[in-house]
Amino acid sequence: MKAILASGLTDFLSDAVDLQVQVDAIGLGAVFALMAVGIGLVFGVLRLVNFAYGQLIMAGAFALAFASDRGWPVVVGIALCFAVVIVLSLVMERAVFRPLRGQSPAVMLIATFAVAFLLQSIALLWFGSLGKTAASLTELNRPFSVGSVEIRKIAIVAIVTAAVCLALLVLLLNRTSIGLHMRAAALDFQTARLLGVRANRVSAVAVLIAGVLASIVAVLLTVQFPTVTPTFALRETITVLAGVVVGGMTRLLPATLGGFTIGYVSGLLGGALPTAQSQYLPSFVFGLVILVLLVRPGGLFTRGVPLQERV
Amino acid sequence: MTEPALVVPALEVDGLGVVYGGVPAVRNVSLSVRAGEIVGLIGPNGAGKSTTLHAIMGLVPARAGDVRIGGISVRGRSPETIARQGVALVPEGRRLFGELTVAENLELGLAGRRRNGAGGDDLGAVYELFPILADFRARAAGELSGGQQQQLAIARALVAQPTVLLLDEPSLGLAPVVVDLVFSTLQEIRERGLAILLVEQRAQRTVVLADRTYVLANGELRLELTPADAADTDRMVAAYLS
Repeated sequence: MKAILASGLTDFLSDAVDLQVQVDAIGLGAVFALMAVGIGLVFGVLRLVNFAYGQLIMAGAFALAFASDRGWPVVVGIALCFAVVIVLSLVMERAVFRPLRGQSPAVMLIATFAVAFLLQSIALLWFGSLGKTAASLTELNRPFSVGSVEIRKIAIVAIVTAAVCLALLVLLLNRTSIGLHMRAAALDFQTARLLGVRANRVSAVAVLIAGVLASIVAVLLTVQFPTVTPTFALRETITVLAGVVVGGMTRLLPATLGGFTIGYVSGLLGGALPTAQSQYLPSFVFGLVILVLLVRPGGLFTRGVPLQERV
Repeated sequence: MTEPALVVPALEVDGLGVVYGGVPAVRNVSLSVRAGEIVGLIGPNGAGKSTTLHAIMGLVPARAGDVRIGGISVRGRSPETIARQGVALVPEGRRLFGELTVAENLELGLAGRRRNGAGGDDLGAVYELFPILADFRARAAGELSGGQQQQLAIARALVAQPTVLLLDEPSLGLAPVVVDLVFSTLQEIRERGLAILLVEQRAQRTVVLADRTYVLANGELRLELTPADAADTDRMVAAYLS
C-alpha cells in the first residue's frame, strides 16, 4: 500500500514538473488572472462583487458561436463578442450598479445574482440547454512541438495576452489621470468625490475595462471549450471568485495573484491527477481554498498590517 | 452688517436646514463669505459645524434653504459637481490617500479644477507655498508628519483653484508651532482673494484671524464676533452658551 502511494506521489510530482503540464497550468492561470482583474477592478471601485461576470463571458462566447454558425470570418466573430460583452457591461452598470451604489454589499451581491440568472435564462431560451459550437478558433487549440514536448498554441496565446493586458492596465492605473482617479476611488470613494473625481465616470470606466477583459477571456475560453452552453464559464467564475478572496479582495494585485494561483493550481492538479480522479479536482481546489482562508483570512497576498498614519 | 449691492458673495448660505438621523442638526443658518474674507464658525462639539460644511459640499442633503456659489445655487448637486463649481473642502482628519504619494494626492486635487479654469501648471504654485511638499513629493502621504499632512491637505484643496475654501478643524491634533503655520497660511491664502469658511475649536485664534466669527450652538447661529471681541471671546461664548 505504502509503495503504491509512494509511486503515485512520484508519478504526480514527475507529471507536475512536466513542461507541457506547466505551460497549460500557467495558461489557465493567465486566463483566471484576467478574470480576477475584471472582478477585482469593479470590486475596488464599486465595492460590488459582480457574480454576473461569468455570464458576460458566456454572452461573448455565444456571440462567437453565433458568428461561427453563420460562417462569418473570425475577426467579425471576435468583434461581435467584444461588442456584445461591452454593451451588456455598460447596460448592467447603468441599470443596476449605478442605482445601487452605496447600498450594502449583500444587496449588491444579490442584485448581481439576479442579473446572472437573468442572462443565463435568456441564453437558455435563445440557444437551448445544449448550446452551440464556436468552431472557428479551434485551430489554436492544436499543439506544436518543442523538442519532444507538445504545447498547445492557446496556452502561449493566453499567457502573452494576459501579460500584455496586465501591463497595459498597470500603465493605465499608474500613468493616467483616470487611472489615478480609479485608484483613489478604490481607496476612499467619498473623499475622491469631494475632490471632484466624477463617480459615474470612474465606475463606468472600471466596468468598461472589466468588460473588455471579459471579452478577451470569452475568446480564450471558447478556443479550449468550443461547446458554448448557458452555464459556460460559470464554474470558472466561482473558482476565480474563490481565488480573488484567497488572494485578497480589497487590493487589485493580490486579487490578480489569487486568480492566477487558483488557475495554476487547478491546471497543475488537472494535469497531474490520474484522469479517473479528475472529477475530484474541484474538491481538491476548494479544500485548499478553505485551508488557506483558515490560516490567512485577510488574503494570501496581502500585507499583514495596513499602513498607519503617523501623527 | 451691510453688503455692497453689486458684489455677489463667493459663498452664500441662506436659511440652511439639515436633518441628520431624524434630528435637526442645522437650523436656519445664513451666512455669506466674500472673496478675500475669512469667516469663522466656532461652537461646542455636535453644534452642527461640520454638518454645515458637509451640506455646502453636497455630502449631506439640505432639507431647507439654499447654498449659492458665486450667486448660482448648488443645492442638490453631487459633491464632485460642487467641487467643480469652485468649492474645496479640507476635511476633518485630512482624509489623505496615505498610500499614494504626495504628488499623486496633489494631482487628485486637479480633478476639481473647472474646465475653463485658469490652468497654469499645475502643482508649481502649491509647491511654492509649501516647499516641504516639493521635497517630499515622491513619498507616501502616510509617511508624513501630522503638520506636513495638514499642509498637504490644504495644498490638495488649493490645487483645484477654488473660489471658496472650507476648512474643518485644520488645527486639530497639531503641535502649537504647526498651528501657527496653519493660521499664517490661511492669512496668506486670504490675500490671494479666496473666500474662506473656517470651522475651528480654537475660538480665540479664530476670532482674531477671521473678519467675523459666528458661534453655532444646537444647529443655530447664536452670536457674531469680530476681531475687536478677541480678548473677551471665551467669556462671551461661555456666557452665551450657558
